[in-house]
Amino acid sequence: MSETFAPVALAEARPASVVTEGRWIRWLLIGIAILFLALFLVLPLLTVFAQAFAKGFAAYLAAFTEADAHAAIRLTLLTAVIAVPFNLVFGIMASWAIAKFEFWGKNLLVTLIDLPFSVSPVVSGLIYVLVFGAQGLVGPWLLEHDVQVIFAVPGIVLATIFVTFPFVARQLIPLMQEQGTAEEEAALTLGASGWHAFRTVTLPNIRWGLLYSVLLCNARAMGEFGAVSVVSGHIRGLTNTLPLHVEILYNEYNFVAAFAVASLLAGLALVTLLLKSVLEWRYADEIAAGARGH
Amino acid sequence: MAPPIRTDAPTRAKRRFLRPSVIPGFGLAFGYTLTCLGLIVLLPLAALVTRASGLGLSGIWEVATDPRVASALRVSFGVSLLAALTASVFGFLIAWVLTRYRFPGRRIVDAVVDLPFALPTAVAGIALAALYAPNGLVGAQLARIGIEAAYTPVGIYIAMVFIGLPFAVRTVQPLIAEIDKEIEEASATLGAGRVHTLVRVVLPPLIPAVLTGFALAFARGVGEYGSIIFIAGNLPYVSEIAPLLIVIKLSEYDYGGACAIATIMLGISFLTLLAINLIQAWSRRRFGYV
Repeated sequence: MSETFAPVALAEARPASVVTEGRWIRWLLIGIAILFLALFLVLPLLTVFAQAFAKGFAAYLAAFTEADAHAAIRLTLLTAVIAVPFNLVFGIMASWAIAKFEFWGKNLLVTLIDLPFSVSPVVSGLIYVLVFGAQGLVGPWLLEHDVQVIFAVPGIVLATIFVTFPFVARQLIPLMQEQGTAEEEAALTLGASGWHAFRTVTLPNIRWGLLYSVLLCNARAMGEFGAVSVVSGHIRGLTNTLPLHVEILYNEYNFVAAFAVASLLAGLALVTLLLKSVLEWRYADEIAAGARGH
Repeated sequence: MAPPIRTDAPTRAKRRFLRPSVIPGFGLAFGYTLTCLGLIVLLPLAALVTRASGLGLSGIWEVATDPRVASALRVSFGVSLLAALTASVFGFLIAWVLTRYRFPGRRIVDAVVDLPFALPTAVAGIALAALYAPNGLVGAQLARIGIEAAYTPVGIYIAMVFIGLPFAVRTVQPLIAEIDKEIEEASATLGAGRVHTLVRVVLPPLIPAVLTGFALAFARGVGEYGSIIFIAGNLPYVSEIAPLLIVIKLSEYDYGGACAIATIMLGISFLTLLAINLIQAWSRRRFGYV
C-alpha cells in the first residue's frame, strides 16, 4: 500500500507541472495574446469613439440631427425588421425538416443553406443585380411594370436576407439534431397536435439557441456593407443604410459625423457581444450542440 | 436505434426518399425550405453562372489576364494568404492561452475575440484607416520606422488579419479544450520535455483544425470589402482588391467583366471549401474527429 501511495501523493503535490508550461512562459504567452488583441481589435474600436468625440459632445450630437441620418436609421431598422423574422421562420422550418427527419440528400441541402457564408459580400450584391437589374433576368419585365428592386429598398432587403440566410438554420440544425425526436414523439403519442407539440416541446428546448442566433443575425443585418452597397445606388435619404451613410460621410471628409454614426453601430456591436457572452456563459448547453461550459 | 426484428428496415428506407416518421410537418417545412433556398440563394447564383457561361472560358480568361484585374487578383489572394497565416499563428496562441491558462479577465478577452464578427465592416474600415493613416495613432509610429501602412498592401494585410482572426481562434479553441491531458502526462512520464511533448504529441492532432481555420480566414480575406477599401487607398496595380474591381465594373455597367471576376473568386473559394472538406475527411480517418 505505502509503496503505491507515495508516487500518487507526489503527483498531487505538483499536479500541473508536467502538463503546462513554466510560469514565465505562461505569462509571456498571455501577454502576447492580450497585446495582439489590444492592438488589432480593441484599438480600432476605441478609435471609433475617440474620433466621434474628437470635436466635443455637441459636434457628436450634430451628426444625428441631419435628416439623412434619420432616414438611414429608419432604413436600417426597416431592413432588420424584415430580414431577421424572415430568416427566423426559414431557420425554424429548415431545421425542423433537417433535424427531425431522415431523407435523401440532406447533406447537400445543409451545404446549400451554408452557401451564402462562403460568397463574398460584393458577389452577393452582384447576383441580385444580375436578376433584378436593368440588364438582368427579370429587369426588363420589372421596368415595364414600374417596379424597382435594384437601387431601391427591396434590393437592400433581399441582399440583407441573402447574407444572413444561414445564421438561424446553422445554429438550430445541430442543436435540434442533438435533442432528437423522442420528446416530440411522446407529446404526439399523448394526443398533442403537431403545432401544439412544436410550441410546447420543441420551442422551449431551442429558445436560447434561437435567441442567440437571432442576435447574431440582427447584428449582421444592421451592419452589412458590401452586398448592400452594390444594390443600393447610394441615394441619400432614400437608399442609404447606416453603414452606407458612414461611408458617404467619411468620403466627404466629414470625419466627426462619420465616426459619430459609426459609434452607433459600434455600440450595437458591443451590446451584441455582451448579450452573446451572457448567453454563452449561462446557457452554453442550450445554445450549441455538444457545447461544454467554460 | 431500430428494433432488431425489422432488420430489413434500412434497406427499405434506402429506396425511399423519406424515412417514415410519426412527426408531422415534413412536407410543409421541407417545401418552405426549398422554396426560400431556391428563390433567395440558388436562383440569383444561377444567374451568375448563366452569365459567366455566356462569356465562356476564353472570355473569363481574357478578363482574368487583363493587367489591372490580374494585379487585383494577385493582391487579394496574395495578401489574404499572408494575413491568414498571421491570423493562424496568433489565433492558435490566443486559443491556447484562453483554454489552457487561468488569468484575470479571461472571459472578457474571450469575448473580445468575436469583435470582428460583431462590428460592421464599414465601421472597422474607417477605424483602421484613421488608426493607420500617416497622422494616425499607430500609422505615425510605423512611419517613423519607415513602414507605410495606409494606402498600401500593408493596410490591406492589417484589415484582413482583423477580419480573419476570429475564424482562426474559434476553429482551434474547442479542440484544444478536448485534449486529453493524460496523453501529455504519459509523454512527460516517458521522459519527453515540455517542448518535445507539445511538438510531437499535442500539436499533430490539432493540425487539421488549424488548417481549417486558415482556410476560413483566407476565404474571408479574399472576399472582404468593407473593412479594406478605406485603408487600402485603392490604387490600381498597387492596392486595389478584386471585390472593389467588381464594384467598379458594375458602376461602368460592364456586367460581363464583373461576372468574370466574381466567377474566378467563387471558383477559388469553392476550391478552398473543397480543401477544408478534404482536410476534415482526412482528419476523421486519421484522428477520429474533425
